[in-house]
Amino acid sequence: MEEKQKSGKLLEVKDLHVSFFTPAGEVKAVGGISYDLNYDEVMGIVGESGSGKSVEAYSIIGLLQSPGKVVGGSITLEGEDVLAKSKEEMIDLRGNKVAMIFQNPMTCLNPVYTIGNQLIEALKAHDKKVSKEEAAKRAMEMLELVGINNVEKRMKQYPHELSGGMRQRVMIAMGLICHPQLLIADEPTTALDVTIQAQILELMKDLQKKTHMGIIFITHNLGVVAEICDKVSVMYAGKMVEQGPVDDIFYKPGHPYTMGLLRSMPRVDAESYERLIPIEGTPVDMLNPPEGCPFAPRCEYAMKICLQKMPPYVELGENHRAACWLRVQEQMAKEKSGQADAKAGSQTENKEAGDHE
Amino acid sequence: MSEKKDILVQVDHLKKYFGVKGIKGPGIQAVEDVSLFIKRGETLGLVGESGCGKTTLGRTILQLHPPTSGKIIYDGQPIFEGEDPWQKDESGQLVHVKTPKPTVANMLPYRRKMQIIFQDPSASLDPRMTVGEIIGEALDIHKLCANKKERTDRIKELLSRVGLNTEHANRYPHEFSGGQQQRVGIARALAVKPEFIVCDEPISALDVSIQSQVVNMLEDMQQDLGLTYLFIAHDLSVVRHISNRIGVMYLGTLVELAESYELNRNPIHPYTKTLLSAVPVPDPEVSRTRQRIVLQGDIPSPMNPPTGCRFHTRCPYATEKCKQAVPQFKEHAPGHYAACHLLG
Repeated sequence: MEEKQKSGKLLEVKDLHVSFFTPAGEVKAVGGISYDLNYDEVMGIVGESGSGKSVEAYSIIGLLQSPGKVVGGSITLEGEDVLAKSKEEMIDLRGNKVAMIFQNPMTCLNPVYTIGNQLIEALKAHDKKVSKEEAAKRAMEMLELVGINNVEKRMKQYPHELSGGMRQRVMIAMGLICHPQLLIADEPTTALDVTIQAQILELMKDLQKKTHMGIIFITHNLGVVAEICDKVSVMYAGKMVEQGPVDDIFYKPGHPYTMGLLRSMPRVDAESYERLIPIEGTPVDMLNPPEGCPFAPRCEYAMKICLQKMPPYVELGENHRAACWLRVQEQMAKEKSGQADAKAGSQTENKEAGDHE
Repeated sequence: MSEKKDILVQVDHLKKYFGVKGIKGPGIQAVEDVSLFIKRGETLGLVGESGCGKTTLGRTILQLHPPTSGKIIYDGQPIFEGEDPWQKDESGQLVHVKTPKPTVANMLPYRRKMQIIFQDPSASLDPRMTVGEIIGEALDIHKLCANKKERTDRIKELLSRVGLNTEHANRYPHEFSGGQQQRVGIARALAVKPEFIVCDEPISALDVSIQSQVVNMLEDMQQDLGLTYLFIAHDLSVVRHISNRIGVMYLGTLVELAESYELNRNPIHPYTKTLLSAVPVPDPEVSRTRQRIVLQGDIPSPMNPPTGCRFHTRCPYATEKCKQAVPQFKEHAPGHYAACHLLG
């Protein structure tokens, strides 16, 4: 299944706001996040439960359910505005261009249809002209691609006859059967055991190399992120607090939340016992989010300004930015000393010029 | 095995089968011939894939499930002893034979000494009881408090011990976050001043940033109160962090047991090696360079486990011998036990 390689920007999300209008008030689940994703790239979205990482993904694929609503910003996929599309156009988009795989494959597969039936249905929904035999052939090819053997037998089996890892493979096959450009994987390995998780991660890496699609990988496991992602966005309480290439996030984290997450995890390759350093406090109540930086109440470096105003993004390196007042301060200090240097430089120049005269 | 008086819990050839309706034979062989000991004041970690029987083992030691056969000794006193009613006949099939009734100790005094912390905090707290009632119930059953004042004082003390507010005693479980609910579960286990606690995946339902708070609290409590833990989890990095020794289970059997850093540096059983290499490391440099052993296939059903070594269907080094004979669980280096034919 070799496809012609595309390059450049696949998805662009700009200042996206998503709110849930609940009886208790408006919950700003996603509060202004922006990023882009190129073809052939895997982006990880990391965050705790309730940080808005799934909501954000659901709005790309148009599966946001009432009372959730996109209230601002734009989503552009291959140059087309996703939010302006009608219901019919969205149905066409899903599967063909964007596909999604979910955390729990048991609840996503229909228990009363065979695997073959469901795969063929997915294909026929998007390609009305395809014949039954052709569809079955493609479904079997797909199952083989995701590493399922004995496909003819599997096509006739029901979801409950397969193991968790197998079901997740079927989910992936179903997502990829119409060759989407963008795959959104919402915690695809969280429900699986580590040995099965390793199999699925290898499979996804392999498939991505073959198809050159872009993948958004939502997870809370930093180990998985290090394994599969090219770049990472860290979310906290609906805000994107840090964003950057995977190496920068792990080796030069700029936001105290990212640092805290990295520090609070025991490492499997540690040589001796080290006490864990937890992030104190509890996650934000999204109904009454704090003013200013949402992480400030739990942040050990919090200053007065953190509690009052949301910090702007500061560029920390190539494509690496973080929203933190500490970094703003550092940058201002740098600029100041830079200006001072420049001033001093120009003064000596003047002096030299004067000497010449 | 080391000095007798240091050992708090000892388990010999423990088996737990769950009968299945409509099926002849032993049914699900959840725990198969496990022997281990837990020293006073240590943490023994148990890891393995889901369905490997680690939770069943923990609960069977506490006799929340009646064991099928084997022996459990707590602090020198046998609390369960029974002969195996499932014997192999000539064709190798397991058939039920009549055995004398197992001897079981009266568990009530032992319940005070052995407690458990469950995986899902919201499911293990009664939604219609306040936190004070939940903790107080344990005190009432064992008649630990002489009067009302003593009882409320003790509840308050326990709540502050686990980092909750003393006013929280009047609240209901749904008013707490997952991390706080787990703290209530821990306070309930501590109420009877136990010596031994089975921690059954106490942190896997919690958020990443909360997990480390609870791990640190469990460590502090062990220090202050001299507790002994059996720590069950599937997250190897957490188990390695908190445990002195780790046992690795596969399909009901214990395949390897060693001191935790020894196990990590020098795993000798092929299953432990694959398990360790499958854990994703939060370090991009390491995960790009390291070699990973990816196991083929899935864990077989404990209803119909493979003959011989139970791992042979997925083991890359399996030989003819592995298919036929069950490997002995024996000591290969001081304190390092494993069950594998390849090790001789």
